[in-house]
Amino acid sequence: MKHSPDLSPRVSDEIRKTTCYMCACRCGINVHLLDGKVRYIEGNRDHPVNRGVLCAKGSAGIMQHYSPARLRAPLLRTGERGEGKFREISWDEALDIAVSWLAPIRRTAPQKLAFFTGRDQSQSLTSWWAQQFGTPNYAAHGGFCSVNVAAAGIYTLGGSFWEFGQPDWERTRLFMIFGVAEDHDSNPIKLGISRLKERGSRVIAVNPVRTGYNAIADDWVGITPGTDGLFVLSIVHVLLKAGKIDLEYLSRYTNAAFLVDAGPGSTKRGMFLRDADGREQVLDVRTGQPKPWTAEGVIPNLTGEITRDEVPYQTVLRLMVGKYLSDRYAPETVAATCGVSAGRIRGIAAELADVAFNNSITIEQPWVDWRGVRHERMTGRPVSFHAMRGISAHSNGFQTCRALHLLQILLGSVEVPGGFRFKPPYPKPFSVHPSPCGHPRPGSSLPGPHLGFPKGPEDLCIDRDGKPTRIDKAFSWENPLSAHGMMHMVISNAHAGSPYPIDTLFLYMANLAWNSSMNPTGVMSMLTDRDESGEYRIPRLICADSYSSEMVAFADLVLPDTTYLERHDCISLLDRPISEADAAGDAVRWPVVEPDRDVRCFQSVLLELGARLGLPGFIGDDGTAKYRDYADYIVNHERRPGIGPLAGFRDPQGTGKGRGAPNPGQIEAYIANGGFWRDPVPEAGHYYKPWNRDYLDWAVSLGLLDSPRPYVFNLYLEVLQKFRLAAEGFGELQPPDRLRDGLAAAMDPLPAWWNPDGKPSESTDDTSEFPLHALTQRPPAMYHSWGSQNAWLRQIHGVNPLYVPTSVWDEHGFEDGDWAYVESPHGRIRVPVARMDALNPHTVWTWNAIGKRSGAWALHRNAPESSRGFLLNHLISELHPPKGDGFRWSNSDPITGQAAWFDLRVRIRKAPGDGPAEPAVPAQSSPVDPGPDVLRFGRD
Amino acid sequence: MTDLPQNTDRRLGLVIDLDICVGCHACVISCKGWNTTAYGAPLADSDPYGPDPSGTFLNRIHTFEVLPDDGTPSVVHFPKSCLHCDDAPCVTVCPTGASYKRTEDGIVLVNEDDCIGCGLCAWACPYGARELDPAAGIMKKCTLCVDRIYNDNLPEEDREPACVRTCPANARHFGDFSDPDSSVSRMTRERNGLDLMPEQGTRPVNKYLPPRDLGSRSGNTGNGNMVAASDGSIDVLAPLLEPVAESPSGLLGWIDRTLSRF
Amino acid sequence: MHPAPSIILFTSISGLGFGLLGVLCLGFPAVSGREAFLWFLAGYVLAGGGLSLSLFHLGQPTRALKAFTQWRSSWLSREAVVSILTLSVTGIQALLIIFSSGNSVLGIAASALCLATVFCTAMIYAQLKTVPRWNHPLTPLQFLAFAIAGGTLLAGEDQAAMAALAILACVQMAAWLIGDQRLLNSGSTVESATRLGGPGVRSVRLLEPPHTGGNYLTREMVFVVGRRHSRVIRTISIASIGILPLFLLALPLEPPWVRPLIVALHINGVLLSRWLFFAEAEHVVGLYYGKHGSVRP
Ligand SMILES: Nc1nc2c(c(=O)[nH]1)N[C@H]1C(S)=C(S)[C@@H](COP(=O)(O)OP(=O)(O)OC[C@H]3O[C@@H](n4cnc5c(=O)[nH]c(N)nc54)[C@H](O)[C@@H]3O)O[C@H]1N2
Ligand SMILES: Nc1nc2c(c(=O)[nH]1)N[C@H]1C(S)=C(S)[C@@H](COP(=O)(O)OP(=O)(O)OC[C@H]3O[C@@H](n4cnc5c(=O)[nH]c(N)nc54)[C@H](O)[C@@H]3O)O[C@H]1N2
Ligand code: SF4
Ligand code: SF4
Ligand code: SF4
Ligand code: SF4
Ligand code: SF4
Ligand SMILES: [Mo]
Repeated sequence: MKHSPDLSPRVSDEIRKTTCYMCACRCGINVHLLDGKVRYIEGNRDHPVNRGVLCAKGSAGIMQHYSPARLRAPLLRTGERGEGKFREISWDEALDIAVSWLAPIRRTAPQKLAFFTGRDQSQSLTSWWAQQFGTPNYAAHGGFCSVNVAAAGIYTLGGSFWEFGQPDWERTRLFMIFGVAEDHDSNPIKLGISRLKERGSRVIAVNPVRTGYNAIADDWVGITPGTDGLFVLSIVHVLLKAGKIDLEYLSRYTNAAFLVDAGPGSTKRGMFLRDADGREQVLDVRTGQPKPWTAEGVIPNLTGEITRDEVPYQTVLRLMVGKYLSDRYAPETVAATCGVSAGRIRGIAAELADVAFNNSITIEQPWVDWRGVRHERMTGRPVSFHAMRGISAHSNGFQTCRALHLLQILLGSVEVPGGFRFKPPYPKPFSVHPSPCGHPRPGSSLPGPHLGFPKGPEDLCIDRDGKPTRIDKAFSWENPLSAHGMMHMVISNAHAGSPYPIDTLFLYMANLAWNSSMNPTGVMSMLTDRDESGEYRIPRLICADSYSSEMVAFADLVLPDTTYLERHDCISLLDRPISEADAAGDAVRWPVVEPDRDVRCFQSVLLELGARLGLPGFIGDDGTAKYRDYADYIVNHERRPGIGPLAGFRDPQGTGKGRGAPNPGQIEAYIANGGFWRDPVPEAGHYYKPWNRDYLDWAVSLGLLDSPRPYVFNLYLEVLQKFRLAAEGFGELQPPDRLRDGLAAAMDPLPAWWNPDGKPSESTDDTSEFPLHALTQRPPAMYHSWGSQNAWLRQIHGVNPLYVPTSVWDEHGFEDGDWAYVESPHGRIRVPVARMDALNPHTVWTWNAIGKRSGAWALHRNAPESSRGFLLNHLISELHPPKGDGFRWSNSDPITGQAAWFDLRVRIRKAPGDGPAEPAVPAQSSPVDPGPDVLRFGRD
Repeated sequence: MTDLPQNTDRRLGLVIDLDICVGCHACVISCKGWNTTAYGAPLADSDPYGPDPSGTFLNRIHTFEVLPDDGTPSVVHFPKSCLHCDDAPCVTVCPTGASYKRTEDGIVLVNEDDCIGCGLCAWACPYGARELDPAAGIMKKCTLCVDRIYNDNLPEEDREPACVRTCPANARHFGDFSDPDSSVSRMTRERNGLDLMPEQGTRPVNKYLPPRDLGSRSGNTGNGNMVAASDGSIDVLAPLLEPVAESPSGLLGWIDRTLSRF
Repeated sequence: MHPAPSIILFTSISGLGFGLLGVLCLGFPAVSGREAFLWFLAGYVLAGGGLSLSLFHLGQPTRALKAFTQWRSSWLSREAVVSILTLSVTGIQALLIIFSSGNSVLGIAASALCLATVFCTAMIYAQLKTVPRWNHPLTPLQFLAFAIAGGTLLAGEDQAAMAALAILACVQMAAWLIGDQRLLNSGSTVESATRLGGPGVRSVRLLEPPHTGGNYLTREMVFVVGRRHSRVIRTISIASIGILPLFLLALPLEPPWVRPLIVALHINGVLLSRWLFFAEAEHVVGLYYGKHGSVRP
């Protein structure tokens, strides 16, 4: 009777290797198929991103793929907007309707279409489509996500923490992580931190909340939200004073030695000294004369000053020293504001100095710089930093992230062994990025891409009288450097008809009626609001979604997409690829299972729409559709000659890398290779990438760069000074008067800090009426709104308490199981509370996007997600309450327009009873059938 | 037969590193994913889309908060699955013999054909490692992925538990504790791995590696010497921050002097 | 532990049943023929009915017979085997008593088996180290005391019953008072459960449960009764198990409604006590779910 279980059961009939899309991390997955059904999903060991591991969401992909919330066919609204009442229609009917709405718009006023997308990974297609359509109103989610980090990184370093850079996990000895709960690189960061711990490197986490990565850090700094910039500049202050800065690095690789116009009355004050060809000048130590920084053999003087035609010029470093040595940045001065003792600030500064300067490392790897000078070895300062939305999602985030880059640069730890490293296609200075195109003409395409990096006021998207030309008011005087657009403003602006009314709102993969909007209840009423004529103020709403989300309920026309296992997709070097510091890489998705519903891959649908609308590039000379479907486009589309969506296996032989003719067998080649392609950076090009000839040549050969463009890091950002000059009344492009002070204060060419309470000002006067900061964090096992339909994941995160620091807990006499009212200047919610010690004493927080609207996601109407789960978003407004100047500043960074989710201030008090959560939004009816009562996955 | 083997040929189990577990639940779901389609009945979920979803999981992550007398509070993520105890009470209480410990490798299993779902083994387990499946009415527990570790249909490198293979932080390690030189034995020695609830006398095979330092966690610095940055005392490194100058002009002078030495 | 009605009824009623059978087999009350038949029938209904109730607690009742195999190691298995043995031996004695007169040796053996069955039932709980409150000699004592008191009371052996009830009351009180200390003295704490405690650590406490939804363990083993709540139930229970019945039995007058009332009181007390037996029992797994004295510093 001895039990002998089968120890070698058949695992699967077939393993299909594709790319995960349970989040944006792009891990490689092995999908095990058994009897035609997905049996098990595991990580692909060969994949550069996850090297075999998989997160909870990734393994739960099965439950996403078989979710009852999947839309089944195109839907046409029958009830009121928001009700969720629809009729299923055919694809032909759906596309006819869409074309009948869009064609007239393109003919007469393309800007009346607003096309915005979420975290899709086909932005090179969607943006190109919008460009050919001719509307300036296109952007993806970056504006409410992390544009502050992206823009600060690209303007300062030519690369960024977000997506395009990583710590040197194998060599770093001291790692500081700022404001990260999960990040996009979920698995790589976990793999990395684990490596650091294995190697005995030290990890210091700076975060008001101690969970996840911060929980396992060797040291935790529970900083007060919004004050990192001050904290970092104080470290800069201490290091400068102690002379613990890498002077050689500063003179070689940064604009520290650039000469800046320091004439008080000068109309070009704050601008660089340039020669006739516009080349920035440095003082050459050998001659004492100005020379272009690129000139042969110049030795830049870091501290010099000269006078030219009565105008005094000083080096950037001199200005910095003047600014940062001020006692305003002394640890003792900032300690109270940051909630970090002066001792700890000094302690951390000392650790950084110790590791950077007493423990520098060298690799015996010769390299040649762009000047042709050969260096025998690579020397590194093994301190590295990472930061994400804790820095980004504040209205001072751009400058705070700049301050962090300033610190990295002073320590000489960017693109050196042990430091912070770029991932191809980066480094790429902002100067080689396009400037935004935002001026529509009826019936024609835009000359270039919508999004880019303005070089000055001349690049703003405004008309002659300064009015924004984009519906989201990106690249306007209100947010000049909004490099990713401002998706979070679209609905409120469109509703207000400011700067102008639109006709059709076209949304793809964004749940704007819920968790990606500030003030969702307000947004929902804007979507349902009608004008005098009884017409919806936003007349038409098309939504491309895969599931029964909150947004879908508001659509007039729903284009049902497939799940990520049912379609082709490419994770492209033209968008956000899978490169690592040592290699360029891209990847594909492909239909590992066929859809069992009347749904279509949205990218294919977009191509067909483009063809039916006759958009240039979407039709051949014979006027018929140029691309059969997305797969066909992926293989045959060429953005520039020889450069297409996928860089690998190009040329008919499949031998081409980066550049090369289309290869009909390209996708098959990817699949055979495990779903991805990767090309290593040559050894000699691993570090110093911006100035490294081996790297630059390799990058050009792959088509990552058109030509080698050596550049320096921008400690001093002249672009900002241009806007500041405009604010001060210089130049022919002038901002409206109400914005002048704000702009002048914000557009500091050297990293600055201000109290993120709306209008930029260093005053730290606490708005004591709302004494607490309120934050959200990504739960590692849940992905925004789309995780809750997942039968496995929702058991882990079905409700979200508000975590309250013990001091506040006691002050209000809270007890386990209590509920609280939480109020902000904008609104009030009622939520369950829980006590926490490892939390900044002025901060409360909760997990993000757990709360759901009743009736959404094919969940039961009394699902805990709607009765006990909640969104903090209801407390956040897209506008601040009026300031002294009576003007309502928008709740975003005045430089980039980044949504300032984390500037939220609240007060809290005990609420009677045991729920339910408030506000209780009326239920939406479900266009899909409810799921089963019992799930026995593997049997049924 | 529910007598426990005197001793087993091998003692297979897990080492769980509390110092590096980030509480991501990856192991929880990969476990669910593998096991719902593997050994025995599926791991059912009742009311999966309803008001009270509740399913069978063989591995769960608890999160504890540790408050030191002084210093920084910490949060510790705490994975828990069957510890495959040597003196497994869950085995001896079983009236049917369904619950047993394998003599080959010490894995504690449930023979689902013999299980009457009385639940007594779950009562006998101090660690909450057994769950009665709502749909199948039989006892489910961690099998140590017995159908992976010996599975000829899997490539050699994949013959390890699903939770171990997937852990992004490398906080879970699988091996044979009867071999003093195995990685798990070594880790347990070097990081003094602990038994959970030793007072229960279950003699667990699985070991837990405690967090390195629950106080400020100011453990190893980049250069190996201790710095209690968390309490601000920086004695060791203080000299590093000796000002080279107080005023801007002084500092600029220092910079010139330093540069002139290149 | 979750006070599941099926187990509460099963243990209480079968306990009474075996108690009654035990007394009957010894020849009390001295009855025979039809009257004896009815007495034994009552005993069997209680004992057998109680046992069959236990099936409701099984996930796979149809496989119940497998539970007879592991008597060498498992108390649950022993209970099954012994109960069947008991029911057959008491059966023989019953037949003898009904048709002629019982055999005294067999009678002693039979009632010993009755107690043995109750003892096995008790040991299923007493053996569990994971429930310190149960893991104590008072648990079997308690169960036996209940059986004897109940048996004698039902059988109308008032002198014996009064003694038994008095003893039961004391045992019950002792079980509660000592039981309240068991978890504390067991050495199992959130610190021992997590091994996160130790010098320099002020407190360890659950911050987040593994799942926001409930699970089998929390439903089955993590059950907490409020102090006040339990005191009230204890008082009512002890009063109706012992004190009131003793008082009423002590009264000289004997109107017809008294005996049913006493029995009803007693049974009610038994059920309440049994509810507490489960509801108050702390399973150490609760320590992983933030229950049972993860105390606030
Ligand atoms: N599992 C999972 N992974 C995800 C996502 C998901 O939903 N689930 N979402 C993806 C998306 S879209 C994004 S944008 C990324 C975002 O990934 P993260 O950058 O990790 O974003 P958040 O989760 O918002 O975490 C913000 C962190 O900053 C901290 N913080 C807030 N304010 C401050 C501050 O002023 N200073 C400091 N130092 N810290 C602060 C918060 O406590 C929190 O820990 O995650 C991606 N990855
Ligand atoms: N309070 C607070 N709010 C926040 C944040 C915060 O930190 N705090 N974070 C902000 C950030 S950074 C972000 S990125 C946003 C994220 O918020 P959203 O951009 O709204 O992202 P999701 O909630 O994931 O919703 C994405 C939509 O895409 C749909 N979808 C999922 N898969 C597919 C697919 O394969 N095809 C198609 N066509 N559709 C699909 C889903 O059904 C859902 O409707 O939230 C923002 N909101
Ligand atoms: S991190 Fe997780 S969800 Fe995101 S891609 Fe990787 S496996 Fe998928
Ligand atoms: S997968 Fe690893 S890190 Fe994540 S919870 Fe499990 S053990 Fe911890
Ligand atoms: S952990 Fe629990 S189930 Fe596993 S062997 Fe030990 S006692 Fe048995
Ligand atoms: S539930 Fe199954 S395995 Fe557990 S004791 Fe009862 S019969 Fe044995
Ligand atoms: S060993 Fe296997 S069964 Fe056990 S917890 Fe890990 S994955 Fe689950
Ligand atoms: Mo995001």
